[in-house]
Amino acid sequence: MSMKMLPTRDGYGHGLIELGAMNPNVIVLDADLAKSTRSDWFQAKYPDRFFDIGIAEQDMIGTAAGLALGGKIPFATTYAVFVAGRAWDQVRTTVCYSKLNVKIAGAHGGISAGGDGATHQSLEDIAVMRVLPNMTVIIPCDANEAKKATIAVSKIDGPCYLRFAREATPVFTEESDPFEIGKAIVLRPGKDVTIIAAGPLVYEALLAHDQLAAEGIAARVINMHTIKPLDEATVLKAARDTGAIVTIDEAQMAGGLGSAVAEFLVSHFPIPVERIGINDTFLECGLPEELAVKYQLKAKDLASAAKKAVARKVVCRSDG
Amino acid sequence: MENVERLKEICKDVRADIVRMTNAAGSGHPGGSLSAVEAMVVLYGNVMNHRPSEPSWPGRDRFFLSKGHACPVVYATMARTGYFPVDELVTLRKLGTRLQGHPSCMTLPGIEVSSGSLGQGLSVANGFALSAKIDRKPYRAFCLLGDGELQEGQIWEAMMTAAHYKLDNVCAIVDYNGLQIDGEIEKVMGLAPLEEKWRSFNWHVIECDGHDVEQVLAAYEESRQTQGKPSVIIMKTVKGKGISFMENVAGWHGKPCNQEEMKQALEEIYGKGI
Ligand SMILES: Cc1ncc(C[n+]2csc(CCOP(=O)(O)OP(=O)(O)O)c2C)c(N)n1
Ligand SMILES: [Mg+2]
Repeated sequence: MSMKMLPTRDGYGHGLIELGAMNPNVIVLDADLAKSTRSDWFQAKYPDRFFDIGIAEQDMIGTAAGLALGGKIPFATTYAVFVAGRAWDQVRTTVCYSKLNVKIAGAHGGISAGGDGATHQSLEDIAVMRVLPNMTVIIPCDANEAKKATIAVSKIDGPCYLRFAREATPVFTEESDPFEIGKAIVLRPGKDVTIIAAGPLVYEALLAHDQLAAEGIAARVINMHTIKPLDEATVLKAARDTGAIVTIDEAQMAGGLGSAVAEFLVSHFPIPVERIGINDTFLECGLPEELAVKYQLKAKDLASAAKKAVARKVVCRSDG
Repeated sequence: MENVERLKEICKDVRADIVRMTNAAGSGHPGGSLSAVEAMVVLYGNVMNHRPSEPSWPGRDRFFLSKGHACPVVYATMARTGYFPVDELVTLRKLGTRLQGHPSCMTLPGIEVSSGSLGQGLSVANGFALSAKIDRKPYRAFCLLGDGELQEGQIWEAMMTAAHYKLDNVCAIVDYNGLQIDGEIEKVMGLAPLEEKWRSFNWHVIECDGHDVEQVLAAYEESRQTQGKPSVIIMKTVKGKGISFMENVAGWHGKPCNQEEMKQALEEIYGKGI
């Protein structure tokens, strides 16, 4: 049985097309990357509502801010690394401080820009977007969820950051699955340990679940598509029920999903948390799959982290 | 609509307000506020289509203060044109005030977007103007820029965007006072020939004496009539205008008057005996 594979940016493209039909106020901006980001799908159908701003990410964010002030719902689109890096001050001061209804789409997030090397791998976007007041941060796990997230952000007022991947990854959710911003999805109900993931790595978490099951460990798997606002209730329940947590970030660990979970737990329910992700380093070029193996973002890495977390749980208990 | 004499009177009040409010705050930016007084008073008094008692009236023209540090001139102009009581001006920069040290649209109705990080306002004006074009609305977008601020690269990105999308509903105003914090613009990072630069970016360029109310009125009118391209009014101004010891001195960029200096400043503005 072969799994359907699509990049989450395709879900963005489909979501935009649907939004174009649903809501005449939706406007799409791009910065000379319309083909890669899939915003050209919207451009082809709604040329009057698509504006290329050229290679000028800062101006694109400012223009989006002005459009939002005019009652539009602008989707400012380019590579994650450029919008979150080059235009961060514009996102902070003009968009977030003014609480404007600007949607930001960061394509080629994480290691998915593999071959382009470290300049194009967006590993800091989650941390720098998450730290901004008023910002919502979402990483869809597959193309179906990406489409739903794209539509969902158009329905809430305020700044949102969506991260998409370049590479085709398994499409393991259904079009009919529910999606609600800020509401995590429990994909497996285990009692021994919880794996919290976001983006295409959720699929690795499901594989880790199966590997652990074979060893008699029942792992809960949570798809935390919304990094901010974090679904604290679901994290707290998982912490209470399973007593140990593992997180994985396709990003710098500092400031990522694992940080968000740990920050919450340390003051509400301190239990062993094992975090895996990129550990304070720039990467190199390589196929995304090769990078995932080298930098330990695979199911087996999650499984061993889970076992570590479970072991720490025992230690904690015997200490207490 | 006010007549020219009345506008000149309001300019005096706004200058005095700038001196008083920054003095009361013990900080703030009088220099680049004083150079933009005529630009702002004429804009709010006679040019913009707006309703001070209904700041979020959807049909209004929008003003974007890109050089956010000059908010004292905007606050004073707003107060003098009826947005809020003049008494509130002395709350500038105090804890709990609506008059933040750099303008916040979250606290003060009538501020369209928060600013203070230079270089960002023209892009926002463009985006708003674009939305007006899409909706076939007559609103215009005005944006006040500092000359030093033009050293920010994003401004030149936005200049291209406005011209590319033929946003003739955008009117940029450059407060060409020749000074920035570290000194003379031409010594820090030269801009000349500024008019030619804007022109070569396909803008309609209007030049005027930024302290001559009649010239400023005429410049806004010329901008209003410009079609097919955005327009910029390059206003030749004097930083610290109206107060002899402040004029053309970079040191007054971000320093308020003390009591003694304030007394002299107010005398110079209104004439002795007031
Ligand atoms: C991005 C950014 N860099 C630096 C500053 C600090 N700063 C505030 S005002 C100013 C000088 C501005 O000069 P100009 O635009 O000529 O303003 P004016 O003379 O009208 O006061 C600087 C550097 C800032 N506010 N934003
Ligand atoms: Mg200046």
